[in-house]
Amino acid sequence: MNYMDIVKKINHVNIAEMHENEIYIEVKKEAFKEACTILHKDLNSQVLMMFAEDARKESHDFKLYCVFLSAALKKWFLIKTSIPSDIRKFDALSKQIHSASAFEREINESFGLEAEGAVDLRRLNLHDEVWPKGHYPLLKDFQNPSGSTEKSEYLFTKIQGEGIFEIPVGPVHAGIIGPGHFRFSVAGEPIINLEERLGFTHRGIEKLFEGKTVKEALALSECISGETAFAYSLAFCMAIEKIFGILVSSQHKILRAIFLELERMYNHVADIGGIALDVGFSFPANYAAIIKENILSVNNLLTNSRYLKGINKIGGVSKELDDRDKKMLIDFLVSQEKDFSNLKDMLLENASFMDRVETTGILRKKTAKDLGVTGVAARASGLPIDLRNIFSEVYKDINFKVITEQKGDVLARLNVRIGEFMESLNLIRRFIGKVETAGSPSLNPEPKKGVALGFCEAWRGTLIFWIKTDGHGIIERCKIVDPSVHNWEGLTFAVIGNIVPDFPVCNKSFNLSYPGNDL
Amino acid sequence: MQNILKNSLKKGLVTKNLSFNKDEITVLGKELKSAIIKKFGRSFHIREVDTGSCGACESEIIAITNPIYDIQRFGIDFVASPRHADALLITGPVSKNMLLALKKTYDAMPTPKVVITLGYCALNGGIFKDSYYIEGGVNNILPVALHIPGCPPTPHQIIKELLSFITYSKQ
Repeated sequence: MNYMDIVKKINHVNIAEMHENEIYIEVKKEAFKEACTILHKDLNSQVLMMFAEDARKESHDFKLYCVFLSAALKKWFLIKTSIPSDIRKFDALSKQIHSASAFEREINESFGLEAEGAVDLRRLNLHDEVWPKGHYPLLKDFQNPSGSTEKSEYLFTKIQGEGIFEIPVGPVHAGIIGPGHFRFSVAGEPIINLEERLGFTHRGIEKLFEGKTVKEALALSECISGETAFAYSLAFCMAIEKIFGILVSSQHKILRAIFLELERMYNHVADIGGIALDVGFSFPANYAAIIKENILSVNNLLTNSRYLKGINKIGGVSKELDDRDKKMLIDFLVSQEKDFSNLKDMLLENASFMDRVETTGILRKKTAKDLGVTGVAARASGLPIDLRNIFSEVYKDINFKVITEQKGDVLARLNVRIGEFMESLNLIRRFIGKVETAGSPSLNPEPKKGVALGFCEAWRGTLIFWIKTDGHGIIERCKIVDPSVHNWEGLTFAVIGNIVPDFPVCNKSFNLSYPGNDL
Repeated sequence: MQNILKNSLKKGLVTKNLSFNKDEITVLGKELKSAIIKKFGRSFHIREVDTGSCGACESEIIAITNPIYDIQRFGIDFVASPRHADALLITGPVSKNMLLALKKTYDAMPTPKVVITLGYCALNGGIFKDSYYIEGGVNNILPVALHIPGCPPTPHQIIKELLSFITYSKQ
């Protein structure tokens, strides 16, 4: 299938293919909704990202982008339109494409651009109780609000009926974990509705990126979501490399893949332990904590950073693996494989543990698909989405397989994690066999003006950056979508019908990011 | 059950198999324990609050409770409610959305109470200093008794800083 067949159906102004796999389709504002709906249907893709850009200085308008992915064509499609600065409204997509809803809310609160006919326009990250009305931080002429005090209150969905009561939880939780507010509506024991209110860790990341040099922005990208530091810096570097026209050597791609898989391993084993802990099974939980600590220590030995910070550079990684490193890593993997298989047996052979996780927190395939759920949660519900398989590059001839499960319950998500831990371990082994001298990445890349997507399959799922730079290589706009943005809503559907005491284990089986979602 | 017993015996005491500085941790811990007994009765309980951290600090705080660092053996533990806490351990640059929750958590604690901050963000906003949405440092909001620097500090550093604080503070 040629993508031109699909694009022909769209009433477009201009089409441009950039960076091999990004197709920008410019449409008139009136045709925006229809164009998005066509791509949504024909590409079988949800809205992966939707964002605005304040271009009033250059062209007296706002730009609006909506991003789709075709797994079959292995291409990204970006519908682009212009919103005049005196109208500041566009047709909402959320009635036809639910996965656009969160983005419409975001665009509304940070740009003041209203999605007309949207299903929901309540604020997401800028809480009504603390942020005054009429101040839009992502406008280029934004100034900190002063003196203005007009604030309001967030309206939760009201579930009413005989015997229904609400349980508010958070933002400060009992464990050592990020902040978020959950409101359960409960009839007896089972949950009949869960509404999440997040945004508590909002730090204005996208605004902070603006005006930064590439070097400063790279450091910032590592501090957005701490346990995904490597994937974030990788996606950021990829976008910049595409804009500056830097080709990354395959040796550097292999090194990056090794570190990305190490990051996946320590996080997956931590989550496996977390699931055990949340049903009160403490020995395997601690057993998993030891494996996680071991991997963090090895990260530190290899890169001087337990969280793999500071090694991703534009053009490659600053850490090479010499023969000693390779041998150490191979020996290490052997010992961890043994421990991990003990861990797996302890969990899966325990009847009372299995009783807690089987059929708990089911996310149906159809729901997962409609919400645009990604990563572990999607693969556990029978959707084989994995960017490593679509844009495979170094994963291509290394016998990589996507791990999927069908049932979508806590056990399925646990099994996907177990499978992926082992897969990552084997991938690293095969990658090590291919490691040679990489050479240092080009140090002073020439800055260029441009736009590009950067993306990778982080351990939680699809992570995407969209970056625009000016002629001096200064970041003009940076949009980030963490996999959690789509998956948080998946959790609200998975818990329905489950009892409140099972919420922690359902939540842990998704283990979503607060800081990555809130930005 | 058999599996657990087998693995438990096979694994043995992991705290002893530390590849780096195991002696230092044990010595630090022993001093810490006697200091805690003297100053706080039997134990020192911490309530952790994330005010917008990236999660790396949380990961390291969780690490000090794992079997390798096992801070509980010295009488330090993390509690689920501020009502049970002697200390508030705060990470993150205090996003505007967390300001009220942070103050309420502090108010809910019984006295005597101390505030400890952890990570560069909690000191002055760190890399997020110029953001429109942060308060920039816990210092401006609550009286801070100890700061543990780092991005994130290692488990070893956290234990060490806690020790010298409890041993040498005059409370």
